[in-house]
Amino acid sequence: MLKDALAAAAVAALLALPLLGFRLTDSQQGLKLDYRFAWIGYAAAAVFFGRLAVTLAAMALSRTTRGRRQILPSLAVQPSRIRKTAGWLMVAAALLLPWAPFADRNLVDKATLLLIYVMLGWGLNIVVGLAGLLDLGYVAFYAVGAYSYAILSQTFGLSFWICLPFAGALAASFGILLGFPVLRLRGDYLAIVTLGFGEIVRVVLLNWQELTNGPNGIAGIQRPSFFGLPFLAHVAGKTTFHEFFGLPFSPGHRILFLYYVILVLALATNLFTLRIRRLPIGRAWEALREDEIACRSLGINPTATKLSAFALGAMFAGFAGSFFATRQGFISPESFTFIESAIILAIVVLGGMGSQIGIVLAAILLVGLPEWFRDLQQYRMLAFGGAMVLIMLWRPRGLLASREPTIRLTAESPPGMPEPAGEAAR
Amino acid sequence: MNYFIQQLINGVTLGAIYGLIAIGYTMVYGIIGMINFAHGDVYMIGAFISLIGFLLMGVLGVGYLPLALFVVLLLSMALTAVYGWAVERIAYRPLRGSFKLAPLISAIGMSIVLENYVQVTQGAQVKPLPPLVHGGIQLSAANADYHVTLSYLQIVIVLITVGLMAGFTYVITRTPLGRAQRATEQDMTMAALLGIDVDRVVSTTFVLGAAMAAVAGLMVTLYYGVIDFYIGFIAGMKAFTAAVLGGIGSLPGAMLGGLLIGLIEAFWSAYFSIEYKDVAAFSILVLVLIFRPTGLLGRPEIEKV
Repeated sequence: MLKDALAAAAVAALLALPLLGFRLTDSQQGLKLDYRFAWIGYAAAAVFFGRLAVTLAAMALSRTTRGRRQILPSLAVQPSRIRKTAGWLMVAAALLLPWAPFADRNLVDKATLLLIYVMLGWGLNIVVGLAGLLDLGYVAFYAVGAYSYAILSQTFGLSFWICLPFAGALAASFGILLGFPVLRLRGDYLAIVTLGFGEIVRVVLLNWQELTNGPNGIAGIQRPSFFGLPFLAHVAGKTTFHEFFGLPFSPGHRILFLYYVILVLALATNLFTLRIRRLPIGRAWEALREDEIACRSLGINPTATKLSAFALGAMFAGFAGSFFATRQGFISPESFTFIESAIILAIVVLGGMGSQIGIVLAAILLVGLPEWFRDLQQYRMLAFGGAMVLIMLWRPRGLLASREPTIRLTAESPPGMPEPAGEAAR
Repeated sequence: MNYFIQQLINGVTLGAIYGLIAIGYTMVYGIIGMINFAHGDVYMIGAFISLIGFLLMGVLGVGYLPLALFVVLLLSMALTAVYGWAVERIAYRPLRGSFKLAPLISAIGMSIVLENYVQVTQGAQVKPLPPLVHGGIQLSAANADYHVTLSYLQIVIVLITVGLMAGFTYVITRTPLGRAQRATEQDMTMAALLGIDVDRVVSTTFVLGAAMAAVAGLMVTLYYGVIDFYIGFIAGMKAFTAAVLGGIGSLPGAMLGGLLIGLIEAFWSAYFSIEYKDVAAFSILVLVLIFRPTGLLGRPEIEKV
């Protein structure tokens, strides 16, 4: 045990030697080396004690695991009721959040950002969780949605609600555009092509000056209005929101409104997913995820099934994108880098693929928590990546992993049919 | 014509660098069937270690350039290999044989960790290194309006690459280690039953891949003279494209793929537009996968129920 920890510390010291021990600093004569060898010692010591603690904890746990193993499956027998209640509780909490005594503008604003990621997670869940198509370029559709709203509203002066379906449709057609060439690919190949697609979209946004204003982005995007009533202190010739309702003006109104808009959009995504899982198309997605060859032989058309998953997933990203654009008032290609795709995919996988509530939990964990540590800018992403690795090591199938059968054959199933085991759809 | 030849030379140099990174991808994919997403960042770490190594050589007063080059090469390969080993040990080994997407996610996480680790410890600014290897051979006639130069650095890069490739091919095809590696690639369980320490073979694969990436990192540091913590992502993508283009799992394929990607990129930037050079590489990846999913030299994969 000590030997093991010492070995780990030695490796840590080797790892730390070049990059922690030396620091490149700029000087008049170009680059210069600084030395900070003490850091190597700190790193080695930290790893030594960390490794020791982990080993001790694992030993202590292994004595009690036997009992735990038996409890876990029995808990998993009736997850659906617990989850349903938890789901409704979450919806209620989200609805009431802005009225809570501790809620301020900042909190509601952060919750709005969190809900964007929840919505994106739910949208990507259609593609990854249900249809089993690994998409690493999801942010491309988000970008298409954001840019189509920004450009449509700036060139034609259309309002948010009119642009929303257009943005969704445009993103969906991009989904089909990506879907066609990758129909034959699977698994990791698919991941890399979708990643490439995401990068292509970003590079085009960056370089197509006439349409997207390149790296400078589009500024002054029309802010949302309450069905035509703008959230401003005063507009000449128009009734503003607070005048119409006779309230005192407050900039908080817009933030509150935005929060509820994204809440409704996200819940619509959720409802859509829950319902479509019960339709033939939804079942075809899940069947395709489990076994493509069996699917074909049962007469399911893989082309249509895959394309519809890509298109619908992309559509929700498009909606979220237009919301993002109207919330920020400014968009640039910077907001749509690969790291965003990675975050969204991590939310879906960490949540336990296909689990709607798991996605909410993972979003809170991955997006919500780091938001509080904004001050530690540099270390934030470091911790984020580390958390991704650790959660995967801890629960490789995600936080809420047990998969619900889409349809359960109950006692009312036709006579002569055996009662299937509850976990059959696994 | 002269312009064309110059681009050819540049493309081959670039291709050698991509090919070296692609080896790491292709070997890991061949053996455990996962995309080692952090490989591009291992290459970036190799570049940083080389840069630090060169500055250290300056501090220690090693003036003879070939010696300095050789020492830094060895140093960088060894230390980067430790990184490759550690990444596998921490993020991938515990997940072997688990749910299929788990290693991919932890690989992405590891890539984020490495990038930000370097950003935190070394700063986010671009790091410049003054050119160390000067001069070259003028290939065109003295009175030509466009001069073709083959710099000594380009010769060094291509020579080192060819040497490493030869050594590597020898290791894979002729030594017991290579035999164990090929056996593990074909069937991990069967290899384990026959007494091969599979974990060790996989570790060695990562170590070798990381050492190759370190060489590529060193070359990029010398060739372009600037590096930053973000170079791993795009280079990694292109190297992966190269591996797929050549046929993933095939060593000569990785080299061929790297060469093609380098050439395409050089010619695309020379004759079309430099802004869209990344788009060109990705478009080619998509086209290859549609029309020849097994790559140029890959074996067709048989799909079983």
